Amino acid sequence: MLDIATAYNKYGFLGNDFLTWLWFLIETDQNITQIIEYKDPVTLEIGNSLVLENTLGDKSKEKITIKGDQAGLEEGTTALKKGAKVTEINLVCRLGQEEEYTFTIKGESFNITGLKTPAAGKDGSADEIEGMVLEKALLLFRITRVIDTLFLQYLEQRISDDWKNNGLQQMRKWIYND
Amino acid sequence: MGFLSATLSMSRYHIQNKFENEPMEQVRNGLIKNAIPKLESEYEEISAGWTPFESPFLPDFEKFSFVFGTYFMFSLRIDKKSIPAKLVQKQMAIEIEKKKEKSGRDLVSKNEISEIKEMVMDVLMHKMPSIPNVYDVLWNYETADLFLLTTQKAANEFFETIFVKSFTLKPIRIFPYTLVETKSAFSDPQKDRIMTLTPLHHLR
Repeated sequence: MLDIATAYNKYGFLGNDFLTWLWFLIETDQNITQIIEYKDPVTLEIGNSLVLENTLGDKSKEKITIKGDQAGLEEGTTALKKGAKVTEINLVCRLGQEEEYTFTIKGESFNITGLKTPAAGKDGSADEIEGMVLEKALLLFRITRVIDTLFLQYLEQRISDDWKNNGLQQMRKWIYND
Repeated sequence: MGFLSATLSMSRYHIQNKFENEPMEQVRNGLIKNAIPKLESEYEEISAGWTPFESPFLPDFEKFSFVFGTYFMFSLRIDKKSIPAKLVQKQMAIEIEKKKEKSGRDLVSKNEISEIKEMVMDVLMHKMPSIPNVYDVLWNYETADLFLLTTQKAANEFFETIFVKSFTLKPIRIFPYTLVETKSAFSDPQKDRIMTLTPLHHLR
């Protein structure tokens, strides 16, 4: 295994590429349940924020932040056409009929912020704390498993022989609205 | 209890290696040995240590459990004294004035100023209470997964240092590269291909 700091800097782009691909999956209504082979239906939506970054010729960076519940993402697609990548995205993920999670994930670090899970018990008495912890733990492991599986699926596609002729072409079609 | 709050932030770790025997005892000992002191040190700027999840301000692992079902759950507490710059500035002005009056001189030398500053910082550090910050830790020992409920760099660094010191196990932060190395079922040739990937070129 590489030195952690070196690996963090060298392969941070994989996370940003992955988030860009996720946006593509969402916008083109791809079947997430099928992609990650999950037992219950899984849906993803863009939440209330999207951040893109574009490294310019002189190594300076252009950052595009789109925020708001009903914000249009046109500026984001324009940035994509200039070569920008998604570096941070707020997502709404529904697992099965009842579980809804919202969170923001950063591509480079996979840090998760603002994570709202379905409520884990409401009682709050001392006897119930263990039950609440276990329920919350289950929810956290469930959502991180979905993220991990999606990321590993993305990598599987990226290293597949038909990525350039299939996966990448589909993304370009979406970006250029063909 | 940040863990049970409606909204949370977290960073993730993979714990490399396992204890040779009695994990629960080893964890208990590590937590007790490296618990945050019950009494605040008057002069230390920062102190950090473990505390029970259910009792962040009374670090008693005999009274409160760190085992929740199949998980280990406890908290990292970092107490920090923070002296506002304006307060230092004010105390310095007062002390410099006192020095001038005492010496009968109009000027105070550079050396005297640094002595005054040291004394002012000592006095303020002694008087100033620490501000505690508590970050919950959820550890699934069997799967080697750990969640630390913060994404603050300084807290992550404290956590990594104190974790190794307490348990002699290495926490590896999960990000794209380490996720492939620790959580994927990719074969070595597949991993090699991933490592040769370059940033996606989606422009035509």
